[in-house]
Amino acid sequence: MPLLLRRHSVLPGFGLALGFTLLYLSLVVLIPLSAAFLKTASLTWGAFTAEVTAPRVLASYRLTFGASFLAASINAVAGLLVAWVLVRYRFPGKRLVDALVDLPFALPTAVAGIALAAVYSTNGWIGRLFVPLDVKIAFTPLGVLVALTFIGLPFVVRTVQPVLEDLEPELEEAAATLGAGRLQTFARVVFPTVLPALLTGFALAFARAIGEYGSVIFIAGNMPMVSEITPLLIITKLEQYDYAGATALAVVMLLVSFALLLLINLLQWWTRRRRAAA
Amino acid sequence: MTALALPSQPAAPAAGARRIDRATAEPAWVRLALIGLALAFLTTFLFVPLAAVFYEALRKGVVVYARAITEPDALAAVRLTLLAAAISVPLNLVFGVAAAWAIAKFEFRGKNVLVTLIDLPFSVSPVIAGLIYVLVFGLQGWLGETLRDHDLKVIFAVPGIVLATVFVTFPFVARELIPLMQAQGVEEEEAAVVLGARGWQVLWRVTLPNVKWGLLYGVILCNARAMGEFGAVSVVSGHIRGMTNTLPLHVEILYNEYQFAAAFAAASLLALLALVTLALKAWVERRFSH
Repeated sequence: MPLLLRRHSVLPGFGLALGFTLLYLSLVVLIPLSAAFLKTASLTWGAFTAEVTAPRVLASYRLTFGASFLAASINAVAGLLVAWVLVRYRFPGKRLVDALVDLPFALPTAVAGIALAAVYSTNGWIGRLFVPLDVKIAFTPLGVLVALTFIGLPFVVRTVQPVLEDLEPELEEAAATLGAGRLQTFARVVFPTVLPALLTGFALAFARAIGEYGSVIFIAGNMPMVSEITPLLIITKLEQYDYAGATALAVVMLLVSFALLLLINLLQWWTRRRRAAA
Repeated sequence: MTALALPSQPAAPAAGARRIDRATAEPAWVRLALIGLALAFLTTFLFVPLAAVFYEALRKGVVVYARAITEPDALAAVRLTLLAAAISVPLNLVFGVAAAWAIAKFEFRGKNVLVTLIDLPFSVSPVIAGLIYVLVFGLQGWLGETLRDHDLKVIFAVPGIVLATVFVTFPFVARELIPLMQAQGVEEEEAAVVLGARGWQVLWRVTLPNVKWGLLYGVILCNARAMGEFGAVSVVSGHIRGMTNTLPLHVEILYNEYQFAAAFAAASLLALLALVTLALKAWVERRFSH
């Protein structure tokens, strides 16, 4: 009986709310997105593959996906460290640091872009330190990596932090009682528990990085074949009125994004199950 | 500073737990090293760039700074940024409440698919978000000729900027409200209905007061993104000075013209907005958890 009641709810407004939701979703998101796929369908298969496998395009994939993967990996390590320090230790200014971790979410990407370019160029505060080593950061692929590391950081910290907070102290105490050292306890008890959340954070940071535009273009140098990311190539094609070419690239990026979205949903489901079991 | 330095952790376990703590805590030097490493990383990637925005903005002096943020093109950019946010945030707020009401308070088939679709704009590159509106409303697009015949302009005009902003901020309110309203269940609303409340009364008097902090949280994040969006509006704007430039686009133009002090001055306004957003967010989070 209770099940039936839930289905035939006494609450009003279901039709109106769902109808409005579906209408608005279709108008703003689904119909415009379908335009990308329909536009690409007007290309022949040969024209499409030629478009999305041109040498300049392939070079942009290598940079976009390679730098995004590296940046997400850096974020996984640094993000776990930051989350651990914020959950486990006390130090002056901790609340301020905790709030500022979200800066990459809140700071407009164009602002982040010009600030990173200024700081990491050869006469910038940090870029200057690398001149004696003969390493240039801004206006090289390394600059792309710096920008993508910047924007991805909060994803890992904010997915790992709640899991660390929920960790039962009894588990670690049991490990200590049984003779495990701290490092052993971390590797065998703590790490396996946070792993699903860590992978989710990694995937979120990676997904964000491959589509990122604003923070990258100012620091990248944007040289074709060298430091040109795929989203920039889409804009370049668009500015040359090559709508079909721009859209074909967009479809490739969209398909990768959707695959990642599916993966992230699976990872989140796994995280929830782990947390429920813990 | 002292107030901020207070420990945010729940109170330490009672004295008896102290001894156990030692077995499950790292030695002091490890703790210090880890804190140092984490802060060093955050400093090089977050704090230094943030400080650089304000340093570069004020480097040429306060007069240059003041002139840069009060020149007509800058003011026009601020106005357009405020306009885009003033339209897109309320639209997505209404959508968020409607979607959360349907999803959290009722059972129906395909609900999980709907929730995933609502999150979709977050996984679409901002550049592609702009592109799809060009494909629909641009001169070569589906509605291009119809719009031209009626002398309407969407792309390279204000409506396009608003549409792109609506797209990129689409999920913010909904994704805050859905889990919150699901967790709260339907008992209070059902009691209100039994006591004779009408539909809108239930929403205004029962549901919304219960979720007001989550709602505010979503609106703050939505607004920050709406005012700061760059990639999507860049594609649809056409960069017409004083007409279709938002503040982030204004920053880009000045920067590409090597007017660094002016570019960073405009950027500092957006950085301040980000800091206010973070402060409000932290404040709401604390109200939320109590």
